[in-house]
Amino acid sequence: MESHSVPSRAEAFPFGLRVLVVDDDPTWLKILEKMLRKCSYEVTTCGLARVALEILRERKNKFDIVISDVNMPDMDGFKLLEHIGLEMDLPVIMMSIDGETSRVMKGVQHGACDYLLKPVRMKELRNIWQHVYRKKMHEVKEIEGHEFTCDDLQLIREAGFEGFEERGFLTREDKKRKEEHSDQDGSDQSAVKKARVVWSVDLHQKFVNAVNQIGFDKVGPKKILDLMNVPGLTRENVASHLQKYRLYLSRLQKQNEDSALGNNRRADFSPKEPPAKPDLTSPPPVQQGTTPNSSSGFGFVAPKTETQPIKPISHFEEDIKVKKKGTSMPPLGMLLSFTGTIPNAEIKPSEPLTTLKHQTWTSGLPVMQFMQYPKHDHERCNLLGDYSCLPKPDLYTSAPSVISINMQNGTGNLLDVKPALMDCIKAISPLTCTVDGSTLGLDGLPGIKGCFLEQTGSNAEPGHITGSDLVPLPEDLHLYSSFQEIACFENVGLMNSIDLFQTEVESSSNWCDGSELLDYPLIDECLFA
Amino acid sequence: MDYVNLRRQAASLRKGLFDQGYLDEQFYQLEDLQDDASPNFVEEVVTLFFRDSARLMANIDQALDKCVKDFNKLDVYMQQLKGSCTSIGASRMKTECTAFRECCRDENIEGSHSLSILNLCMRSFQKIKREHSVLRQKLESYFQLLRQAGPVECATRPNK
Repeated sequence: MESHSVPSRAEAFPFGLRVLVVDDDPTWLKILEKMLRKCSYEVTTCGLARVALEILRERKNKFDIVISDVNMPDMDGFKLLEHIGLEMDLPVIMMSIDGETSRVMKGVQHGACDYLLKPVRMKELRNIWQHVYRKKMHEVKEIEGHEFTCDDLQLIREAGFEGFEERGFLTREDKKRKEEHSDQDGSDQSAVKKARVVWSVDLHQKFVNAVNQIGFDKVGPKKILDLMNVPGLTRENVASHLQKYRLYLSRLQKQNEDSALGNNRRADFSPKEPPAKPDLTSPPPVQQGTTPNSSSGFGFVAPKTETQPIKPISHFEEDIKVKKKGTSMPPLGMLLSFTGTIPNAEIKPSEPLTTLKHQTWTSGLPVMQFMQYPKHDHERCNLLGDYSCLPKPDLYTSAPSVISINMQNGTGNLLDVKPALMDCIKAISPLTCTVDGSTLGLDGLPGIKGCFLEQTGSNAEPGHITGSDLVPLPEDLHLYSSFQEIACFENVGLMNSIDLFQTEVESSSNWCDGSELLDYPLIDECLFA
Repeated sequence: MDYVNLRRQAASLRKGLFDQGYLDEQFYQLEDLQDDASPNFVEEVVTLFFRDSARLMANIDQALDKCVKDFNKLDVYMQQLKGSCTSIGASRMKTECTAFRECCRDENIEGSHSLSILNLCMRSFQKIKREHSVLRQKLESYFQLLRQAGPVECATRPNK
C-alpha cells in the first residue's frame, strides 16, 4: 500500500499517513496500532528500537512520522530519537508513562515534536498529522526559490528518494512546476514533499570546516553559511543542520566522559588528503551520478589531535554497484581505510569494484568500500518475539563499530579484497571490532549472510562472520555483506562516537595503538536525508 | 440458554470491576476500539496483557529471589509493568506498582537499609501479584460470560 498515486495521497491527507510505532510493550503496540488504523493511518509496528531504525533506513521515505516509547530495553528512546532526527529527519513523537517535566524536557531537547503520556487516547493520535504537515511547511520554506540544478535533481532522484519518485517529484517537469507555483498551499502536497538539501560529505565537510574556522563557541548559522559559500544553501538549512550537529556533539562529549577509561571505541583519525579524487565531479552540495545507480561512498577522517581540522577522506563516486533488483536505490558505500602499519596492499578491484581502481593509495592505505547488508524483510519487524538477545545497555558506550564489507554476489572481488583486509585487520588487532550481531537485532533477518571471506555462502550465523580465513582476532569480527539496496547499516548505536560527525572533539581515545587509525565509514544516505 | 441472564451477569461483573477500582476508563477505550474488523479486540488485548505481564513479573520475581539489591533495575522492571497496566486500565495493579517503586526509591536514599527495603519490596510485590491474579480471574469470568451470552453486540458497551 505504499505507492499511492500522487493525486489521491495529496487530496486525502492526512489519511494514509504512514506511521511507524515503536514500543517494547506488545499490549500497547496492539492498542496503538488499532487506534492509528482507526484514524485511517497506515501503521507499521515494531517492538525493538534497533529494528525500527533498520526499517527506517531501509525504507527511507516510506514513513511520515514515528511514534516511540521512551523506555525500551534495547535502546533508549531518546537515542532512537536522535538517530531518527539526524538520519531521517522525520518527526518523532515520544510516549511514556512518566510525565515528569524533566523527562518531557529531555524529549523536546532531543528533538521530539511531541510527548504523549500513557495511557494514550485516540484523540491525541488523531492529531499527529499536524507534525508532519508542519515539517513539510518548513521544508517548503527552505527550498522555495532556490535554484536546483538539473544535476542536483538528478542526484536526489538517484539517491533513492523513492518517495519523491512516487509522488512524481523531482522530475524536470516538476522542477519547473515547482518554480511556477511559488505559493505552496497545503493541498499541493505532491510538488513539495521532500525537497531537502542533501548533506553530502562534501557539504558537511564544508560545514564542519566553517564551524572549526569560526570557532565552535562563536558559531552561528549566518556565519557558517557565509563561510561555506554554497549556492542554494539557506540559512535555515544550516541552522537545522547545526542544531543536529550540536546535539550530536554533546552526546559524544557525554560519552567521552563516560568512557574515559579507554573503552577504545573511537579511533584516532589522522587527516588525510586523498591525492586525487577521480571520478568525483561533485560540486557541492550534491554529488553527481554518472550512472543511474550511483551515489557516493565516503568516509570521514577525524583529526588525530585536537588541533587538526578534519579533512575528508577521499569520497568517491561509486561505481560499485550491487546488482539491484529493480529499485532505484543506489547502494551505500562504507569506507574503511586504515593508516599505519598496513602494508601497501592494493585492492585489485574487479568489475563491481571498479571505483577502487581509481583510488590512489596514500601511504599504503587501502580504501575499501563496503556496502550494507541487504534489504531486510520488513515483515519480520512485526514479530516481536524474534529477537532473543537484547543487548546490555553498555553496549552503547563500549561497543566498537562494525566493519561492513560488501562483497558482491559471485564476483571475484572478495579474494582480491581479502589480503588487503586481512592486513588491515591484523594491523588493527587491538581494535575490538566485535559487534554481537544478535544485539543489533539482526538475527534471523533474512538476507544477511556472513559471507565475507568465504564468499560463497559460508554458513556463518547471520551477522557473524568468523571465516577461517580471518586472522584470529581476539574478538569476532562481524561482517555483513550486502547484495542489494541500502539498508542503511549504520552500526546502530555502536558508532555513536564515530558515525556521523567527526570532529576535533572526539579525538581522545585510540582505537589502535598509535599510528593505526581507523576511519569510519559513513553512509551517505544514513547521514543525509 | 438464558442469554438475557448471562448478559446481565456479564454486565454486572463488568460494572463491579469499575466500581471496585479494578479497571479504569482505559478499559472503555479498548471497548470503543472493538469493531467489526476486530470483534474480539478487548479480549485479545487483555490476553496479551496477562501474558506479557506474567513475563515481566517473572523477571521481577527472579530478581527479588536472588536478593539482588539492584533497586534501579527493579525500578525499571516495575516501570515496564506499570506501563503495561495502563494499557488495559488495570487500576489497582497500577497503584501497587507505584507503591513498589516508592520502596525502591526509598532505598536509593538510605542505602544502608537495603535488606529491609528489599523486604518491603517483596511484600509490595506480593500485593501486585495478588491484584494481577484477581483481575485475571474476574476478566476471564467476564469474557466467558460474554461468550456464552452470545453475539458480539453483548461484548460492547453495556450500560456504562
